[in-house]
Amino acid sequence: MAAGNPLVEVRDLVKHFPIKKGLILSRQVGAVRAVDGISFDIVEGETLGLVGESGCGKSTTARLLTRLLDPTSGTISFEGRDIAFMSHEELKPLRRDMQMIFQDPYSSLNPRKTVGSIIAEPFVIHAVAPDPKERKRRVQELMEQVGLNPEHFNRLPHEFSGGQRQRIGVARAIALKPKLIVADEPVSALDVSIQAQILNLLRTLQRDLGLTIVFIAHDLSVVRHMCDRIAVMYLGRIAELASADELYGHPRHPYTGALLSAVPVPDPRLAKMKVRQVLGGDVPSPTNPPQACRFHTRCPKAVAGTCDVDDPELAAKAGGNLAACHFPLSDTEIAARVPTAAP
Amino acid sequence: MAPLLQVTDLRVHFHTDDGIVKAVDGISYSVDAGQTLGIVGESGSGKSVSSMTVMGLTRAKNAQISGSIVFDGKELLTATEDELRRVRGGPVSMIFQDPLSSLHPMYKIGKQLVEAVRTHQDVSKARALDRAVEMLGLVGLPEPRRRVDSYPHEFSGGMRQRVMIAMALCNDPKLLIADEPTTALDVTVQAQILDLLERLKRELDTAIVLITHDLGVVAEVTDDIAVMYAGRIVEKAPKGAIFAAPEHPYTWGLLRSIPRLDSPRDEELVPIPGRPPSLINPPSGCSFHPRCPYVREAHTRVDPALEPVPGAREHAVACLLTGETRQALWAELASGADPEAAKAAATPAAAAGPGRLEEEGS
Repeated sequence: MAAGNPLVEVRDLVKHFPIKKGLILSRQVGAVRAVDGISFDIVEGETLGLVGESGCGKSTTARLLTRLLDPTSGTISFEGRDIAFMSHEELKPLRRDMQMIFQDPYSSLNPRKTVGSIIAEPFVIHAVAPDPKERKRRVQELMEQVGLNPEHFNRLPHEFSGGQRQRIGVARAIALKPKLIVADEPVSALDVSIQAQILNLLRTLQRDLGLTIVFIAHDLSVVRHMCDRIAVMYLGRIAELASADELYGHPRHPYTGALLSAVPVPDPRLAKMKVRQVLGGDVPSPTNPPQACRFHTRCPKAVAGTCDVDDPELAAKAGGNLAACHFPLSDTEIAARVPTAAP
Repeated sequence: MAPLLQVTDLRVHFHTDDGIVKAVDGISYSVDAGQTLGIVGESGSGKSVSSMTVMGLTRAKNAQISGSIVFDGKELLTATEDELRRVRGGPVSMIFQDPLSSLHPMYKIGKQLVEAVRTHQDVSKARALDRAVEMLGLVGLPEPRRRVDSYPHEFSGGMRQRVMIAMALCNDPKLLIADEPTTALDVTVQAQILDLLERLKRELDTAIVLITHDLGVVAEVTDDIAVMYAGRIVEKAPKGAIFAAPEHPYTWGLLRSIPRLDSPRDEELVPIPGRPPSLINPPSGCSFHPRCPYVREAHTRVDPALEPVPGAREHAVACLLTGETRQALWAELASGADPEAAKAAATPAAAAGPGRLEEEGS
């Protein structure tokens, strides 16, 4: 799936949030290393998944991609132009090509505005369809497209259910026919029966509009269903990057293996078969991440003298996965830990 | 032997300005010692309210509660506040979803645990602290002797949930009610907590009522499963039966709407159309009928009761379709057919019906 033209190329992207002390003579005493040197491409028309646990930097990456945050260093080239340090003036015309869908459909919509005016806002900001009648027609088209009743144009967000609000968010995001959509946990706040409706909607829209999507989620089953390629993040780094079939069929990084092993399977027979591999402890603090391989403090395969000294590069392993690991999982190890894998 | 917890025809109605919210509307279940019951449902299905009522936590001026909750031979619904206080945190304890808001932010966790112990046991502070340290060790908190002097904010989410579990266990409860205990946690931490719950059940013979929306979680740790919808139990069965031979169209919908790690990747998800019903004005007849693809005209009038499935012991379902129709439908669905085809296969059996109603637009 990596073939095709990259729409976005990210190189050595870093975002450190400074920790300051003192009121008047404030000085920096440290930094939260939220994203700490990641590189990847987003290929036109694909869905790239970003997964990882809280604090791994996946949401920061999303906000850097859309320049809602300013990076500390690195480059983000969007259609060949480096947008990493572009001014807001320069960025404005590019913004219509990249849109975001947020997790919480309750707080991401202005409660005082009608749904019509929320969806029309991109048209107003970018001075597309200045004629109000034309604008209304386009908004109603969009509502139709995402499965909302166009007659509900004048309703307020609180009159809609969670799933419908997320549809409003989707309509707003696709209003200007963007090239890239960054969806940050778009279904995490929804009930399971509603979640499937939104996932199907995103898939249909992608097919119909030729969208490129960055899909961020912590639910590995959802990511597998939605994404062509997946980057697994741990403490601000990419631990493994592979196509969905490669990643779920034969995870090579022990962290990916542990994540997949931890996912509860809604099938008692499979659940009984597997030896749940439980990682000890918690994710270390990103203010002071472990030296060398970030995962060595919790890794069941860590070897002293290698993993805590030598920082592994993201490199091709058996089966084609890119993994940042000195001792990637073998097929037998995978089979024992992840019953759903097929190495 | 009488079950440890026997809930019979429990109803919890709240009087509000908008009308009467029938949060729980006639549910019955029982749990034996050492057994885990999973209660599955979506937001607003009444799963949390029903278990909070067991603890007497829904008693309010506007709440109207009826039915019976017998725990260990004692009726809890009519128990006085004083009697309930002896039960809460003692023989019955509860773990909530959000461990940060369940712990007092200004007290050291050791102090909070000591308080929990001394509420139910007449022991010295030092003895109670020993007990606290012992329980923290049991739930896998590293260096418990030192960590009792920490405040809740110094712990991560998973650690806080362990502290909550330690607090829930420090008086050797016979019944543990866990309301979405892992929903706020990452998968690797969730795996740690689920392992812990399983160990407790095995080693301490604790009965557990696990409330969750996650079918994966119930598949891993429960014995029996009750599926709730709109304040009712619509299906109840041993775990294996719920996954292998589910009987209720809502259960089918739940199972088919979640992406699974072991299904083909390009498989379309089948969402349940529409949305959960209002609890103030629930639909007439079967409360699932506006969202049910197999609805018949009669289903809008007749309210189905939870009845045993013919030929399957311990499996009960509240559905108006006949047993044969349901089995034929599920066989079609399980073999990967889309619901339209399955419906076509099932209609000859009920060709006399006027067909399905319009699906509620979502």
